[in-house]
Amino acid sequence: MQTQPVEFGFNPDANGRFGPFGGRFVPETLMCPIEELEHAYEDACKDREFDREFRRLLKDFAGRPTPLFHARRLTQHLGGAQIFLKREDLLHTGAHKINNCIGQGLLALRMGKTRLIAETGAGQHGVATATVAALLGLECVVYMGEEDMARQSPNVFRMRLLGAKVEPVSSGSRTLKDAINEAMRDWVSNVHNTHYLLGSVLGPHPYPLMVRNFHRVIGQEARRQILEACGRLPDWLFACVGGGSNSIGLFYDFIPDASVKMVGVEAGGKGQELGEHAARFSGGRPGVLHGTYTYVLQTLDGLISTTHSVSAGLDYPAVGPEHALLHSEGRVEYSRVSDQEALEAARLLSRLEGIIPALESAHAVAEVVKRAPGMSKDEVVIINLSGRGDKDLGIYQSTGTM
Amino acid sequence: MSVTHKTRITACFDKLRAEGAKGLVVYLTAGDPSLEDTGRLLAAIERGGADLIELGVPFSDPLADGPVIQRASERALKGQATLAKILEHLPTWREQVAIPIVLFGYFNPILQYGLEKFAKDASQAGVDGVLVVDLTPEEAGSYVEAIRAYHLDAIFLASPTSTEERLKKISQTSTGFLYLVSREGVTGERSDISLALKPLVERVKENTALPVAVGFGISTPAQVREVQSLADAAVVGSAVIRAIEDRYPSQGEESIEQYIRWLKHGAGEKPE
Repeated sequence: MQTQPVEFGFNPDANGRFGPFGGRFVPETLMCPIEELEHAYEDACKDREFDREFRRLLKDFAGRPTPLFHARRLTQHLGGAQIFLKREDLLHTGAHKINNCIGQGLLALRMGKTRLIAETGAGQHGVATATVAALLGLECVVYMGEEDMARQSPNVFRMRLLGAKVEPVSSGSRTLKDAINEAMRDWVSNVHNTHYLLGSVLGPHPYPLMVRNFHRVIGQEARRQILEACGRLPDWLFACVGGGSNSIGLFYDFIPDASVKMVGVEAGGKGQELGEHAARFSGGRPGVLHGTYTYVLQTLDGLISTTHSVSAGLDYPAVGPEHALLHSEGRVEYSRVSDQEALEAARLLSRLEGIIPALESAHAVAEVVKRAPGMSKDEVVIINLSGRGDKDLGIYQSTGTM
Repeated sequence: MSVTHKTRITACFDKLRAEGAKGLVVYLTAGDPSLEDTGRLLAAIERGGADLIELGVPFSDPLADGPVIQRASERALKGQATLAKILEHLPTWREQVAIPIVLFGYFNPILQYGLEKFAKDASQAGVDGVLVVDLTPEEAGSYVEAIRAYHLDAIFLASPTSTEERLKKISQTSTGFLYLVSREGVTGERSDISLALKPLVERVKENTALPVAVGFGISTPAQVREVQSLADAAVVGSAVIRAIEDRYPSQGEESIEQYIRWLKHGAGEKPE
């Protein structure tokens, strides 16, 4: 049962609260589909057949388990800790997002929904949703900010090739936040046949819990793999945090291990002012956005701030409520990396390891580039390489990242 | 509910009931096109015959609203119509308007303002009730406490997707009236009223003793009358905003007064 405490980590209470964070702040019309989803998810959790089918698709369709790769040249170059990369970038569709899409796609089928809608920032979640919709024979509409469509155009084409309809969103900042607004407007209008396949550990309960659980496999595999490779647990975990799905997926199964330090890396963008970054923990404060109470970048009047990041997937003013709890408990440290540092880290990883990372994941790499030289050679670091950089080639090219 | 204080909203619905009449609720976004204009428009709406006003507090991310009210919010925010500014202006507006005013908005600005301070300032400014679109009874504990402490009505939404159990809970948490969303979806005009509205209103009425106002998608006198034949009041929102976009300020606030009068009594063509 999802609402009962497990032996480790945090689970939300019956109201979907992670400590003070989380909950359900939605228009009344959405309460019914959200409760329906919660019950369907509870049932699915008890159903071995659902789990078997989920595992089968993760393995045979998505390509799990992903390798844990010892980045020897990067390790040598930085001259400190041993660096391992969790290769989520090798998954089908090019990022960790597919884990959650398979899980929610199967749930949508179970609920008898015929239509999937999704928001996307970088396009990775949109592509993964379109892929699963094709696989399961469901109609698919993806909302994407016009600004993001321009900077991630290869993914727009991928979604269309997969049979999804991509709806440009021209309101507000024309990025991820506005795409979520538009997806919620669609959902509230079409609740009878539509499942909103939310792409991160955001939104009203049960999404933060459910999405995290679909991504837990990342940390479960990494734990087994690092024990095999090193005979012990890692000292450090690093992952980028947009909404926070890849990071919570990696972190979750290590939470009870006090010796494992965890760092979530937010988008520091191009400056410290509101609107120049997406660093919610250093620049925001608790508030409500998109159905959940969490850290939000906002004005003094409670209006949601615009954000900036070179990485569309991190360019969002709120963060998953479980991260807000991990932050307030001091279990995870949250830091920020600038656009420039991320671009340089992407170049470094490409040159040293032959791996072109997604700009989102490059933020996690950049944090390690800063810290590893100060660590001892016995320390073990895992970076979640959450996505590959094909979608970012245009940005790498236009910023002279060569 | 142990509300001993009879609010202006309850008095309004009592009076309508005594007269055997039904209400017209008009929505207006505060600060659209400017805070100065809002006072004039509120007075015009009252003169036109509205029984109650829903005053929208603009938000940066109005996810329950369709394009018309989104545009109004954007215009209002460009003019810095924040919750604090609206509360500052309200006492002046209140002097010109006698009918009940319900603030209608999203939770975060109210949360950041401070629940207690908001309830106090709103009450002192002459507000009669508050409806928060993205707040359901489950999350509303401390909010309702603050609102009630200052004798404001806490109004909640009911929807076609609400179960009997939820309708009961919504009714128990609300005072003043229930706002029934006529259909699944966001705010905005529709050419037809759903055939399912009659059984929906009946179902809601079975679960509440409060007056029921129906909104979302109502834009013509015929629709207003149709809704009034089923429920206690009809709410018109996006259509009014569009009328303001089309006629104001070029044709003066009298044109809005006329438009409201048309909605309330009108047969035939929309006034030019």
